[in-house]
Amino acid sequence: MRFERRPSTDGNGQPVRSSNAAARPSLFIRVAAFAGLAFMHLPVLVIVLYAFTTDDRTYAFPPPGLTLHWFDVAFARSDIWAAMRLSLRVAALATLCSIILGSLTALAMSRSRFRAKESITFLLILPLALPGIVTGIALLTAIKFASIDPGFWTIVAGHTTFCIVIVYNNVVARLRRLPPSWIEASMDLGADGWQTFRYIVLPQMATALLAGGMLAFALSFDEIIVTLFTAGHERTLPIWFFNELFRPRDRPVTNVVAVVVMVVTFIPILLAYSLTRSADERN
Amino acid sequence: MTTAIEFRDVTKCYGNVRAVDGVRLQIEAGEFFAMLGPSGSGKTTCLRLIAGFEAPDSGQILLDDNAVTALPPYERDVNTVFQDYALFPHMTVLENVAYGLRVRKVSRAEQQRRALEMLALVKLDAMAPRRPHQLSGGQRQRVSLARALINQPRVLLLDEPLGALDLKLREEMQIELKNLQRRLGITFVFVTHDQGEALSMADRIAVFDRGRIEQLDTPRGLYTRPNTAFVAKFVGGANVIEGALAQRLAGGASHDAPAFAVRAENILLGDVRNSAATDVMRCEGTIVDVQYHGAASRYQVRLSSGELLTAAAPDSIHQAHWRVDSAVSLSWSRDAVMPLQAAAASNST
Amino acid sequence: MSATAAAAHPAWLRRASTFLYCRPTFYVLLLLIPPLLWLGTVYIGSLFALLANSFYAIDEFTARIVYEPTLATFRQVITQPAHLDIIQRTLLMAVAVTIACAGIALPIAIYMARYASSRMKALFYVGITLPMWMSYLVKVYAWRLILAKQGILSWLLESIGFDRVLDAVLQLPGVGGPSLASSYLGMFVVFVYMWLPYMILPLAAALERVPESLLQASADLGARPRQTFWHVTLPLAVPGLAAGSIFTFSLTLGDYIIPSVVGAPGYFIGMMVYQQQGTAGNLPLAAAFSVVPIVLIMIYLSLAKRAGAFDAL
Repeated sequence: MRFERRPSTDGNGQPVRSSNAAARPSLFIRVAAFAGLAFMHLPVLVIVLYAFTTDDRTYAFPPPGLTLHWFDVAFARSDIWAAMRLSLRVAALATLCSIILGSLTALAMSRSRFRAKESITFLLILPLALPGIVTGIALLTAIKFASIDPGFWTIVAGHTTFCIVIVYNNVVARLRRLPPSWIEASMDLGADGWQTFRYIVLPQMATALLAGGMLAFALSFDEIIVTLFTAGHERTLPIWFFNELFRPRDRPVTNVVAVVVMVVTFIPILLAYSLTRSADERN
Repeated sequence: MTTAIEFRDVTKCYGNVRAVDGVRLQIEAGEFFAMLGPSGSGKTTCLRLIAGFEAPDSGQILLDDNAVTALPPYERDVNTVFQDYALFPHMTVLENVAYGLRVRKVSRAEQQRRALEMLALVKLDAMAPRRPHQLSGGQRQRVSLARALINQPRVLLLDEPLGALDLKLREEMQIELKNLQRRLGITFVFVTHDQGEALSMADRIAVFDRGRIEQLDTPRGLYTRPNTAFVAKFVGGANVIEGALAQRLAGGASHDAPAFAVRAENILLGDVRNSAATDVMRCEGTIVDVQYHGAASRYQVRLSSGELLTAAAPDSIHQAHWRVDSAVSLSWSRDAVMPLQAAAASNST
Repeated sequence: MSATAAAAHPAWLRRASTFLYCRPTFYVLLLLIPPLLWLGTVYIGSLFALLANSFYAIDEFTARIVYEPTLATFRQVITQPAHLDIIQRTLLMAVAVTIACAGIALPIAIYMARYASSRMKALFYVGITLPMWMSYLVKVYAWRLILAKQGILSWLLESIGFDRVLDAVLQLPGVGGPSLASSYLGMFVVFVYMWLPYMILPLAAALERVPESLLQASADLGARPRQTFWHVTLPLAVPGLAAGSIFTFSLTLGDYIIPSVVGAPGYFIGMMVYQQQGTAGNLPLAAAFSVVPIVLIMIYLSLAKRAGAFDAL
């Protein structure tokens, strides 16, 4: 999945209005569409609401009262901070690795045609097409087989594996829309390969690269399915959260962490979206 | 004169298609040279081979008598005006024009000064701070021209540079390009599928078909003495007459060539009963279509032997107005007959 | 010209650039070496390790892995009724979730692709993408809150007097459970919610590629809207549906978080894998079990490919 806005355009880049004034949507379609959209957002509202509830025993609705108390409690918990720090470090490193590997792949795959191309595409999407549990258990068997101590580095390795394709998808989509004549024009005017990359290709793919990196960060920060297999004794924030679900002692703190996780993943996603959009509008 | 560009038996294939097939060619320094042909004839590939975007499969390319076959584009003293202009959207007009200097590490002040000079040359210095998407098609075209000229190349390559412009602008740009070339004295190599454009601008024209040069000549030479049926048809749309009809009309006496071409404007339409002079070729047929073109009308005539010929006649009031289904006679002077090479003529139909 | 070039740009860089420019295949290879090395060793290597492990078995008494190739573990997976039960249950859930996602996604995608103004389309696009990328675990947790015994949904149903209906549904065998949060129905709802965007986006993209003129032609030839939908829109949406269904099917098949958080008593493939490698310590059985979704997905992919799914991805 990537953040590629697909505004329908005609050949000249003018937006085509697909709405047809003559054919109005039936009531069913309209109600279903908006109900579906609302359905998508229901959990967000619930999470935000429950972070402020005074009720610390049940999931009762409506909440008996609202308070900011649980934020104080959560902020004082060192185990949460430790998990948060680990998750941020993992996400940062996995993002860096996948940016490098993903953009190298995109640069190789965007222009040239070669026989192995389809197999490489297949290899890239495999970590997304196969269920996370397969990736997780496969990495675990490899870790055990190679007698590596699972920990920070194994988490990063696992995350990088499926983040590469996120960056790749974003960057390759942008590079494919880059007219070959721009690169030819640059070389024609005396720029060698490095200069052409520095002055033409990099500025053109920068926003896509950043957007892909943001999404990779969000995905890594939040990942649980693979991480549970590769983490060993380390506890990332999602693992902390997951364990908390089965020990409902501090239910209100869990609610607060849920909001925090949501916000931390939301920011890079929003940034990625606005980056993609502004780049699309400029071109 | 010295040779600016030379092709020595250059061949370039894409898969099984021979895009350029053993081309031999010399372009003189300071020449306005056109490569003319239908799409897929190999003319654009030739241009890309000169620029260095493609490498030939065999043969050699020389610029100023130096082999450049193995050099990348940035080591060749040629610059290109692209069909889609290829202006960099993330740079201003000025930055676009200065790009060739920037990658050569020319000082910033010098970049600015010379870029503005080039923009003045194409009368766009006022547009320097704009972005390419804020310009009209004609303006973009001129920016791309200024950008390509800033490195003072030995050769300027133009790939269908006027294709995207409307008719009026195209005519203006034709004159402007021609003037610019005369003033700068740079060799221009110009790719086009528009025979009118090639005829009116070029000093010499190479007509391409299926990866080969069919004929290389001056515009007048091409128009008045086409070598092959392809050139006769492609440049000016002449009638090609061959086979039995050619034998009969030539009478076996004055012409050995079994194929020749006649231009539509050299064919006289007349009543069938009119007897003819001895010094002309004559045949008869029925008008199947009339196209009005203002100054002249073009008549499609189906001969009794089946061939279709086109005659053009000025649309004056004295002229009888021939209609569809009228029976007419066609005649032309033997001076108007352009003999064609037999082999090429027969394989083109 | 090359002589004038580049006082500051090192000449060896330029030579290196020329060297690579004249050898495009070598250049591409050079770019691909790091990522292929990574994916080849880390990922493909791991998959092979997994596959190898599935051909081992565990010694019943010592609980140690016996490193001798055997098909015993696979036999265990496909012959024990309890295991077959798990596979069947997971497969049924994946199919049900896929069908439900398709049904819900269709009107939304049609509205997005056909009727929405460009601003409304952008709103829908963001409104669907943002929840999709939102924290997976937090969304699952949110549903646990919603489906809980005194949660929003029961409160809502109670306040409109439908609590009896809910109770009746929860009594149904194979669907219900003690509460929505611990029933197959609840799990189904969460699965549908989680994977719905993966269905909507490819579907909307596929529909958007259908030229409006086709629909106008259909209407022009006298088809009523319903006929146009069945004979034109739906067949053209098939590649999008197939592409989306790859996600909904594959994601449901392998998930073990949702069944354990919003859980019914019955096991699912993912839970089985997780439990066998963890508490049970039977890595060969976990490996063999994880081959099941791989095989099922390969079969599904080949079916989806025939429906044109890869063109719509």
